Parts: sequence; structure tokens; C-alpha cells
Amino acid sequence: MYNQRPTLTESQWFMIKQRKAVALISGGLDSMLAARVILDQGIHVEGINFYTGFCVEGHTHAIRKKDRQKQKRNNALWVAEQLGIKLHIIDVIEDYKDVLINPKHGYGQNLNPCLDCKIFMVNKAQGWAWMAENNFDFIITGEVIGQRPMSQRKDTMPVIARESGAEDRLLRPLCAKNLPATLPEREGWVDRGKLFDFSGRGRKPQMALAAKFGFEEYSQPAGGCCFLTDKSYSDKLVDLWRSRGSREYALDDIMLLKVGRHIRPGKNFKLIVSREEGENNYLEGYRKDFTSLHTISHNGPLALLDGDANDEEIRLAAAIVARYSQGKNSDKVSVRVQYLNGNTRDLDVVPLAASEVADDWHI
Amino acid sequence: MVDLNTLDVRRLLCPMPVIKTQDRVKLLTVGDQLTILCTDPGVLYDIPSWCRINGHKVISCEEGNSEITIIVEVG
Repeated sequence: MYNQRPTLTESQWFMIKQRKAVALISGGLDSMLAARVILDQGIHVEGINFYTGFCVEGHTHAIRKKDRQKQKRNNALWVAEQLGIKLHIIDVIEDYKDVLINPKHGYGQNLNPCLDCKIFMVNKAQGWAWMAENNFDFIITGEVIGQRPMSQRKDTMPVIARESGAEDRLLRPLCAKNLPATLPEREGWVDRGKLFDFSGRGRKPQMALAAKFGFEEYSQPAGGCCFLTDKSYSDKLVDLWRSRGSREYALDDIMLLKVGRHIRPGKNFKLIVSREEGENNYLEGYRKDFTSLHTISHNGPLALLDGDANDEEIRLAAAIVARYSQGKNSDKVSVRVQYLNGNTRDLDVVPLAASEVADDWHI
Repeated sequence: MVDLNTLDVRRLLCPMPVIKTQDRVKLLTVGDQLTILCTDPGVLYDIPSWCRINGHKVISCEEGNSEITIIVEVG
């Protein structure tokens, strides 16, 4: 026998409220699946994506020439397009600073405050005026119990719901059956029977569901979508804070940590040395903000000098820059120094030998 | 006086050009055109994608040596 819709008059159908959900879309597979599961239940879904400044999306692809052939799309936008939903990208760079600097629940393996980050994002969605103004009913995420060691555990799921303020309006469609029923389930806005009970670090259930939905292409970045999970990046950020005696930062600071070799020959200054043409071009845009050095007798990198250096240290910096130029085996390399006031000075230096660049100078 | 119909996002990397475009479009009305000056090649995918999702129209994308100019019509 066919399932029959209840017989309702036109006005009764009109009175049934179209339920709406905001989906946190990272650009990865899990949030894509979660949104699709809820879309399939007839819920109106719109996506939200928060930009913290540490998102892996696109940045280094845009900078390094060797990466230019890689796909440069923003995966959150791509996911939204595949799902046929709107996506709101929100700049939270300023507000995120407090999450990173003072994480209530601490850091993961590196400087990743994953649990605080998730609480922050759900809270941002929950408190987003647009959500209330447009009568959205609940929030969905692609979280899976056990998927991430810090933020996606059975004991942290209620913490996120509680501390974000979303409470039982936070639904995780991929692992909902392992958790108490939320408001959308209890009210019958969504059918709990059609949600999932995924758990653990394995990806097979998600991949099977992706195949069922016909998703052949999706992003699964190793280590997640945040630079703060990366040791090398975190070390550079710690060095930046230590050198300034403050944990404040601006967007340009954290962008520059993604570019070039970072070499600190002294406490008072470091060099950011480009590794290739794409990085050279990117650093060009910052020359007016830093003392810069580049080789003029040979092809070589552009370097920014961050901090204060005396004449002797500038000469050392020039010898380091020369070491990464095509003149590294020459007796003499000419390096042009351009100061913040625009004045320039040319120095002839002997490039440092590889053994003279101390290991602990590399950040 | 700020020219609302021109947006300079040179040096910014995605998704900032998209966020700035999104914010600027909110100040414009249907049929207005917005010229976006960019340097990140990621915009060649991201801004058209954002426009398709949100019902706006890309009038043109022009790639120069180091700059990209995109004209969007607000939908």
C-alpha cells in the first residue's frame, strides 16, 4: 500500500511551519553529509561558515606557484553549491582571538583549541541575529562521536551544546542515535529513525553514505581544516608571541606565518625568506611594512626583516639571504636593503654556508 | 566619498574577497553593478560560485598579469 499524505486543506498546509536549520559547513565531507541528511527530511537548510584567519582553505594554494595548478576553490562554497543551499561566510577574525589566546578547555596537540572553537562557532550561529530574524529553528553540525580526540567525544558533545547556549537545538545528524533526542527530534521536525549512529575515527560509514548520495568528490583534509593543528605553524605563532611579549596578533601576522622560511638569528629580529616566485610576489605586497632584503647580483629570494636589527645584524641578515640565492657558492653576493623609510643600501656579503645557519634559527 | 560600486580586495586571500563582496552587496540594490579588484586567483572560482549560490550574476572576469577584475550584477 502506498504511503498517503494526510488529507489537509490548502490553508492547513499553509499553516504547517517550514522548519529551518542552519548548518555549520566546513567544506569537509561530514558537514556536507549532515546537511544533506536534514535536507532530505524536507527541512530548509542554509549554511554558515566562519573564517577565523587560520582556515586552511585556499591560502597557500594562492601563494605558492608550485601549488597554482591545484584546485583553488573554497570547499565550503563548493559544498553549498552541490547541496543547492545558500552559504553565509562570516568573518570572525577579531572575536576568535580570545578563543585562541584564552581557551577555557585548553589546547590539543598544538595550538588548536578545538573544543572552545566548536563551542564558539555554535554559539556564533546560535547568537547570530540573522538566524532569529529569519526564524531558524535549530543548528546542525557534522560532528561524529570519537572522530576527533579533543572536540568530538561523547563527553564533550553535551559541553558544546550547553556552553554554546544552543542546548537541545543542536542536532548532529551523523551520530544523533548515540545521543539523547534533541528538540527537533522530539518535536517531530526531523525523523530520528532516519538519522545515524556513526562513531569512531573510521571514515567508512561516511564514505558509504557519500556514495549513497552520489557524492563522488569531496574534501577530506588531513588534520582538519585549521592551521592551528599544524606543529610547524603553531611553533611560528608561539615564536611570534614570545618575540613581541604579547599574544596579540593581526590578520597580516598570521598570514605571513604561512609563507616562506622563518629564520630567527637573534631575539630582536627574524627573517621571512621566500622559497619561490609565488611567495616572492606575495611578500612584495608587504615591503612597505618591513625592512626588506633582496639579492641584486644573483637571482634570489625576497626577505622581510621583522623586528629591529643593528648594522651588524643587517649584514648577517644579508648573508643569510645570500645563502638562499643562486650565488650561495660565490665569494660575494650583493644584497639591497630597503628600510622602512624607503632608503636603500647595497651590501656585499659572503653567503653563509649551510653549516653556519644554526638549526635553532629555523622556527 | 566611498565608491560603493568598486571594491578593492587586492592582496587579500580567499575567502576574504568573498566576505568583502558579500558585505558590499548588502549595501547595493538589485541591478547595481559591483567591480571587484583582486589578486588571489582563487576568486575566479569563489566569487562566481558565491554569485550562483546567492542569485547574483557575474558580468565579466578579466585576468591581467597580476590582477583580476570581476564585475558582478546584484540579483
